Amino acid sequence: MNEMTTPQEKLTIKDFTSDQEVRWCPGCGDYAILKCMQRTLPELGATRENTVFVSGIGCSSRFPYYMDTYGFHTIHGRAPAIATGVKLAKPELDVWVITGDGDGLSIGGNHLMHAIRRDVDLNILLFNNQIYGLTKGQYSPTSVVGTKTPSTPQGSVDPTLNPIAFALGSGARFVARTVDTAQKHMPDVFKRAHAFKGASFVEILQNCIVYNDAIWEEITNKKTAPDHQLLLEHGMPMIFGAERNKGIIFNAKSFALEVVTIGENGITEGDILVHDETSLQMARMLGDLGENPSEPAPMGVIYAAEADQSYVDAVRGQMVSEKGKRSLKDIIHGGQTWVVE
Amino acid sequence: MALEVQSLESAVVRFAGDSGDGMQLTGSQFTNSTALSGNDLATFPDFPAEIRAPVGTTFGVSAFQINFGATSIKTVGDQPDVLVAMNPAALKVNLGNLRKGGMLVLDEGSFTTRNLQKAGYADNPVEGDALDGYQVIKLDISKMTMEAVKDFGLGNKEALRCKNMWTLGLMLWMYTRKRQPVVDWLEKKFAKKPEIANANIAALNAGHAYGETSELSAHIHQYEVEPVHAEPGIYRTVTGSQALSWGIAAGGDLSGLEVMFGSYPITPASPILHTLSGMKELGIVTFQAEDEIAAICAALGASYAGALGVTSSSGPGIALKTEALGLAISTELPLVVINSQRGGPSTGLPTKTEQSDLYQAIYGRNGDAPMPVVTTRSPGDCFEVAIEACRLAVKYMTPVMLLTDGFIANAAEPWKLPDLDAIEPFPASQAKTPEGDETFNPFLRDEETLARNWGVPGVKGTEHRIGGIEKSYDTGHISYDPDNHQKMTDTRFAKIDGIAGDIPDQVVDQGEDSGTLAVVGWGSTYGPIEEAVKRARADGLSVSHIHLRYLNPFPKNLESLLKGFDKILVPEMNNGQLKTVLRDKFLLDAKPFTQISGLPFKISDLLGAIRAEIAS
Ligand SMILES: Cc1ncc(C[n+]2csc(CCOP(=O)(O)OP(=O)(O)O)c2C)c(N)n1
Ligand code: SF4
Repeated sequence: MNEMTTPQEKLTIKDFTSDQEVRWCPGCGDYAILKCMQRTLPELGATRENTVFVSGIGCSSRFPYYMDTYGFHTIHGRAPAIATGVKLAKPELDVWVITGDGDGLSIGGNHLMHAIRRDVDLNILLFNNQIYGLTKGQYSPTSVVGTKTPSTPQGSVDPTLNPIAFALGSGARFVARTVDTAQKHMPDVFKRAHAFKGASFVEILQNCIVYNDAIWEEITNKKTAPDHQLLLEHGMPMIFGAERNKGIIFNAKSFALEVVTIGENGITEGDILVHDETSLQMARMLGDLGENPSEPAPMGVIYAAEADQSYVDAVRGQMVSEKGKRSLKDIIHGGQTWVVE
Repeated sequence: MALEVQSLESAVVRFAGDSGDGMQLTGSQFTNSTALSGNDLATFPDFPAEIRAPVGTTFGVSAFQINFGATSIKTVGDQPDVLVAMNPAALKVNLGNLRKGGMLVLDEGSFTTRNLQKAGYADNPVEGDALDGYQVIKLDISKMTMEAVKDFGLGNKEALRCKNMWTLGLMLWMYTRKRQPVVDWLEKKFAKKPEIANANIAALNAGHAYGETSELSAHIHQYEVEPVHAEPGIYRTVTGSQALSWGIAAGGDLSGLEVMFGSYPITPASPILHTLSGMKELGIVTFQAEDEIAAICAALGASYAGALGVTSSSGPGIALKTEALGLAISTELPLVVINSQRGGPSTGLPTKTEQSDLYQAIYGRNGDAPMPVVTTRSPGDCFEVAIEACRLAVKYMTPVMLLTDGFIANAAEPWKLPDLDAIEPFPASQAKTPEGDETFNPFLRDEETLARNWGVPGVKGTEHRIGGIEKSYDTGHISYDPDNHQKMTDTRFAKIDGIAGDIPDQVVDQGEDSGTLAVVGWGSTYGPIEEAVKRARADGLSVSHIHLRYLNPFPKNLESLLKGFDKILVPEMNNGQLKTVLRDKFLLDAKPFTQISGLPFKISDLLGAIRAEIAS
């Protein structure tokens, strides 16, 4: 996030929409995310000239072309590294990284890990469709075991990587999750990510209608959603379910979160855990929640640490504090010299 | 009565010992004192890839060679005149190269049964006749060092560590060099540990005193090497890594851009990362990335944002950077990529030198992906070449590959300090907010250079999207049109080829500009070729030396220049790469002379090749 001068005129969704024809498959979840971003940026007070979208390669990584801001569509997996360079060179820019589950967690896992670890002030959006879309549907690191694809005709055998756990394990200080269909929820998550000074990591569950349709159905379908997603709110008890009678407790014996029903086995609302987004321990447990199909997937801000000094400020701070002490001429003349007359 | 000081035109001294014996420090301090004496010089630090190989083994031997003289010195010398061997292994590895009749200074105290065994000696060479034919000076340096430092309360091991300073003291006396610069350096280096500083100084003085007193017994001589007649000016010694780093900093100043340097440690490129990281006060951003891919990507991201991205590595790391280089070529952003070449393939010989990444630089990318390639011939030359790489990158909106090598990176030579104010600036141009009806087109090209319009984030009105997908020649938007791809490919080549019009014509370094044989070289082979050609010419042979700085594109006149010779010989520390490129570009019958040993050429070998080529 950056302090920006207030834009002179009020910008609208149109101002952030580029003249390029969008080329995703009809029905792709990416459309909804794009629209949401174009709609949210004016609300953030963003300017076109100070906003940069950096992406890798994949269907999702075409995103920058459709935003009427600065955009850099780079190479597979490397967007976090390139964005780090952009930010180091021009800290005043507002830099968004767009990546996919293959781009960010497979080929680019190393760069994603280090951008998060360094806490570079980037807003990183990982579109998770659990598949390689652009290369026509091979399984990805987030695919569930047994996924049948052209490269795994008998079903994939690789264990699944959990993006939230990955981010937290990399030292993330801001972690959130939302889903492509959540047009009300997504802007709030974008705003929070944008406001966070440091690397903000957002997993966006995204539907690939062509190669992996309906994987998020339970979460997005109006009927099943209440029982399968846990909408997190800081300071509020973690209650969910169509009848809002389910909740999350911490079971000290099993040292795990547990789904309970209020009113059963003597459980009352007072027993339900209250979400504390500043608790790393809680975030780690929430990150794992939902891996078991009987558990709901936490949505919203899972973790938001206290603000810290930003990496870019620290790097540039070393230049500034040193700056002007010696000139290049001083350095060159600095060794032992002799004169030839 | 003291013996007369003998005057020498030049001398080659090689310090060799165990990796832990501090030979690199001894060599560089001897170099410093020699430079201050006004001699021309060239150095060759030759150390193993292992940080601390087992003590006493042959593969743990570390050496430092210096050639210095009263005349111009271009190479480190084929054969040492003096070999200082601190242990049996150092003797074993280096004796073969010592000039017959040369001087051998040995630390007798280290020739123990155990050390002899480790070095693979069945008999002690110091005792038999193995060293006949050399002027052998056997000294118990270990013992005399212990004696000299006994009052400083150091442990046995620490005390013995001062051995190298004792030896340095003796060698400084032998060549009438000053001790004070070494004393100053020791005091500064060990400012926090005065007892160590004082012990080392005592050892240095003791070595020096030993020379003075034993001179009377007449088995050690003192030599003098007169100062060289150099161009007037202020001088210092400089290594290739230093000069290159300073050149990059100057390139940033001259272009008016902030330098953003991304790198990942690798031998022998790391000293550039270290040097630039120590220069943050000049407004240089340095970034030690998680790998070479991230290093170039961050540099490119910075260039995209309007800075001058620079990245540096060695062969294996350059291989990792290849994909991002393609992106830099496709998006036409300025970027300087430094390759400190080392022996390959794969890990190869990390601490040895080679010129085997020329194909990689010129041809080594997917797609038709041209980029300028420049190279440097000596440590001091690195400064100018680094500036030139920055100039080309910024003016032509292109990545530029700068080839140096492990030899240049570590070697030192006297360098006349440049007048920074006298260097022509090359201010970068970045697009401003369009006025009136103007619209911004990132791929609008400068008619002369074909460089595209550099729009940078933060500027209102030049917002645009760019990437590795082919772009329309007219608008810069994504284009899959077949004719457009042809046109863009042609344009990218035309832009790079056009640089030939903006670089100096190729000059002949030595000899006539036509004749029987042209010896064409590039990079760090400059010194040996220069010397070999000089000797061949002294023998009356029709041979000229042409040394290239620009490898892609070649200077405009190069083809006609080369065609003025009957024969062309291309000596290279690779399997014949420039030879292939010359044949490719000019359909010339260029002949290779190659050496892939990880070591610099010897003048005598080159001279033999020149004679053979002329005779053939
Ligand atoms: C170096 C490299 N290797 C492979 C590819 C091919 N490739 C392009 S996109 C992609 C996977 C993209 O998957 P994901 O990140 O999940 O994005 P999605 O297309 O699903 O949005 C692959 C393997 C490439 N472009 N570059
Ligand atoms: S392949 Fe899937 S992810 Fe890619 S555009 Fe089509 S629907 Fe979207």
